[in-house]
Amino acid sequence: MVMVLVVIVLTLGSVLFYVLSPWNLTPLASNWGAIDTTMHTTAWVTGAVFVAVNLFLAYVIFRYRFNRHRRSHYEPESKKLEAWLTGLTAVGIAALLAPGLVVWGSFVSPPEDAHEVEVVGQQWHWSYRFPGEDGRFGAVHNRYITDDNPFGMIDDPAGQDDILVESPRLLLPVDRPVKFLLRSKDVLHNFKVANFRAKMDMLPGQVSYFWITPTRLGEYEIVCAQLCGIAHFAMRGTVEVVEEEVFEEWLASQPTYAELAAREPPDREAGQEHYAACVACHGAQGEGNPAVNAPRLSGLADWYLERQLMLFREGARGTHEADTYGQQMRPFATMLPDRAAVTDVAAYIAELPETEVETTLSGDARRGERLYRTCASCHGSQGQGIKATNAPRLAGMPDWYLARQLELFREGVRGRHERDPYGNQMIDMVQMLVNEKAIHDVVAYIMTLPRSEQTLAAANPGGGEE
Amino acid sequence: MAEPGRESVSYAPAGEFDDMELSHPKTFLGKYIWSQDAKVIAIQYGITAMAIGVVALVLSILMRLQLGFPGTFALIDPGSYLQYVTMHGMIMVVYLLTALFLGGFGNYLIPLMCGARDMAFPYLNMLSYWFYLVAVLILVASFFVPGGASGAGWTLYPPQAISPGTPGIDGGILLMFISLMVFIAGFTMGGLNYIVTVLQARARGMTLMRMPLTIWGIFMATVMALLAFPALLVAVLMMLFDMLLGTSFFMPAMLTLGEQSGHEGGSPLLYQHLFWFFGHPEVYIVALPAFGIVSDILATHARKNIFGYRMMVWAIIIIAVLSFVVWAHHMFVSGMNPYFGFLFATTTLIIAVPTAIKVYNWVLTLWRGNIRMTVPMLFAIGFIFTFVNGGLSGLYLGNVTVDVPLADTYFVVGHFHMVMAVAPVLVVFGAIYHWYPKMTGRMLNDTLGKIHFWITFLGSYAIFYPMHFLGFAGVPRRYYAYGETGYIAESAQALNAFMSVAAIIVALTQLLFFFNLVWSYYRGRESGPNPWQATTLEWQTEHTPPRHGNFGETLPVVYRWAYDFSVPGAKQDYLPQNMPPEAVEYEDGGRGGGSAASPDEVRP
Repeated sequence: MVMVLVVIVLTLGSVLFYVLSPWNLTPLASNWGAIDTTMHTTAWVTGAVFVAVNLFLAYVIFRYRFNRHRRSHYEPESKKLEAWLTGLTAVGIAALLAPGLVVWGSFVSPPEDAHEVEVVGQQWHWSYRFPGEDGRFGAVHNRYITDDNPFGMIDDPAGQDDILVESPRLLLPVDRPVKFLLRSKDVLHNFKVANFRAKMDMLPGQVSYFWITPTRLGEYEIVCAQLCGIAHFAMRGTVEVVEEEVFEEWLASQPTYAELAAREPPDREAGQEHYAACVACHGAQGEGNPAVNAPRLSGLADWYLERQLMLFREGARGTHEADTYGQQMRPFATMLPDRAAVTDVAAYIAELPETEVETTLSGDARRGERLYRTCASCHGSQGQGIKATNAPRLAGMPDWYLARQLELFREGVRGRHERDPYGNQMIDMVQMLVNEKAIHDVVAYIMTLPRSEQTLAAANPGGGEE
Repeated sequence: MAEPGRESVSYAPAGEFDDMELSHPKTFLGKYIWSQDAKVIAIQYGITAMAIGVVALVLSILMRLQLGFPGTFALIDPGSYLQYVTMHGMIMVVYLLTALFLGGFGNYLIPLMCGARDMAFPYLNMLSYWFYLVAVLILVASFFVPGGASGAGWTLYPPQAISPGTPGIDGGILLMFISLMVFIAGFTMGGLNYIVTVLQARARGMTLMRMPLTIWGIFMATVMALLAFPALLVAVLMMLFDMLLGTSFFMPAMLTLGEQSGHEGGSPLLYQHLFWFFGHPEVYIVALPAFGIVSDILATHARKNIFGYRMMVWAIIIIAVLSFVVWAHHMFVSGMNPYFGFLFATTTLIIAVPTAIKVYNWVLTLWRGNIRMTVPMLFAIGFIFTFVNGGLSGLYLGNVTVDVPLADTYFVVGHFHMVMAVAPVLVVFGAIYHWYPKMTGRMLNDTLGKIHFWITFLGSYAIFYPMHFLGFAGVPRRYYAYGETGYIAESAQALNAFMSVAAIIVALTQLLFFFNLVWSYYRGRESGPNPWQATTLEWQTEHTPPRHGNFGETLPVVYRWAYDFSVPGAKQDYLPQNMPPEAVEYEDGGRGGGSAASPDEVRP
């Protein structure tokens, strides 16, 4: 009668596992305690049925085990018993459904006083928009999205004061209801913060919504919960629930659409002056110098250079004790007087003529080609870099530098800092390179890609990084 | 209990049927390859489905290796992981389970259990298999085209299914579309056949309410499939147009890796509605045949009539109808108008009532029975336990509020594997152990069968039960790796490793099953025509395995329902469906007269 024992042990074991399991709901940080309550009610009801049916099953298997001297009872049906069981089940189901629907009623109706935040999803990161002082969002359409207008803003007076947050980090005030308006620039995504319980898909071409009231101060992780391609698992962000004043201060420090549009073009001449400090290591033409571990800079896009310089300045890169050369770079980045200087010097470097780099490592480029398929999703099939995915150009960069950075990402030395979300992403992605050989192979393949703008343009007419 | 004497089995008088001009194939090719015999076609379907199923099983092991031991296998990159996810799901649901239950068991059992010589349209039936085989080959080919197979997830949601950033957007997805269309065309030929055969070719006396539940399950599943697959067909076709012709059915204005895609005005949600209008009934297309088969296994091996036969039939019909109005419960967090949630949560929970009734009736069939712990019975009980678990977790996901935090987590993965993967597969195994003797004339080895059962049953539970808890903890599905996700406890990795080891063990155990299939074909104990002392017509054939034409000279006539086990007073503990009342021997020495009640006959 092994079966009897197994059914009993599995039934009670399952219940015990449920009770003792260390894998539980994350600590609740929103008003949706009602969702948890409904879930717990469901657990009780289904748990009771689970135990009752299975223990009865075990009893039946034991009591009516085979006996050659006995015959089965002949009873085609019992209307009374069946009616009772149907009735009881229906009552149980109704008892589960009714509270569920009541909670759903409040889920679909955001409170009048909720403030609104637009969440924009894109392969594979998040950005946010606040309506600004007028409390109204300006019109947007995916058709208008370009590298310079990443939100697809249409010329709309209501949009001039919209606050644009182009980073996956979001702040929310505690205890104030918030309605998330969700849209996507490309494929489907899903804005999920486990601690908030509520979540919803985001689609291109329409706006979906849900609402919560954050109830607990703290930092929570945003993950994408709808398969959105190769880097789905690396599409992360953070939401920090803060006091109202902190939130207002943060919000005020974010640029509005009008401010961004009115921004002065960078001053390359000023940039050239600042670049004087870089020449010693990176060279006058930004050609780099392997002897002092300085990578080539020419050919890199201004937005990437600017971001990295800012990371160095903020201590988000070059602060890890194992990142020797990053530590060397940091003081130079902090020497730049202000953000404008960073923009200027980045703009200057971006215009430098490209120089050839030498191959210093050996790897199996054919094997690397297969590995590079994953990288191509963000960095482009020619390694040209894609601003929309925040992925810098790889082709033409020195191989020793690429290999070292991949190694640093793999060990979490680079990219782990919370202010470096795209570095974070790189840590996740680089896990597919399981050893040093894989790194050398993929770098060897990158070295076969067109190394300068001219060859790139020839290899990829019309495409590339404009 | 003595075997029933041949004389007690009735046949329609010769001459009433002048259908004996069946042309029997003479050549090897005609008999086994281009065969129009439903039984051979069934086995062709079965072998093909199991072969492609093994591919999907291997893919699942690759996934488990990555999840259990991330960063270890150079072979598995994020793209190929998604390809495994996609192909595993699509193969298991459509190319294995649907094909095996309907094409495999449907073909074998419908003519035999209904008392027909063959399917209504044998040629079409053959064509159906060849379409299926071509569909499978096209699907397999998609692994080998540049870029590899699609990695869009088995739901193939646009825009990602045909947009850069997803693996296999060139050849892979194209071949997937073509393969699905060929499959659906092939299935339509087979499906029409099954329906016409059940409705038109039943033996005399085989009223609908005397049909074994196996046939009811397969029949209703086929009706559903014929209504549901067209939705998938048009969805796939429209996406193909979006991809190749530049239409915008499902594609709104959007970017593809930073560039404008050129599409305008389409709706990704429209695809999801079409897909799940197919996808939800698909769950029951797999489940209903399993429900039917398990009912017959339970009754036969517990020597007891199925409890509440009429209720069981109506439950199948009600489930089939309701399953067409619950589809959007897959879309509670899809961004559709959330007010739909009220309607679809309600219909979804209503469908739990007939489903629960089926579970009660299975257990009540065992109640006061005389349970023979045969291998098919083990699998049937394993099914009940697994299905109860998977059914109850469905109440979490169907209740829209509770679904919100659990959607797209491992809770969903655990749930649907319990309810529509492990449960039906346990029935498939049980059914093979049950009907193998009829197909080959030999019994499968009992000891190997028991080992196979215990490892498969306990192992699957060890894989999928803990998954629900990862879902509670909010672990998202379809993730290549979790890295250092703040809210996911590190111990989750240990749990993942445990599940992976269990999965590898379960997968390897299937080798034992395949070995048993081959070994027993040559060395198995001879079974005789009716080793389980079952009542249904396939066990009463003149030859075992049945020859072309199934029933020899004359077709059987049916006098009773399929569940006359342990009829009070009757000497023999089972009365075959084709045993006339006057042939029944009674313990008081009488013969004939008092009839065994079937639900038809007890009706006033």
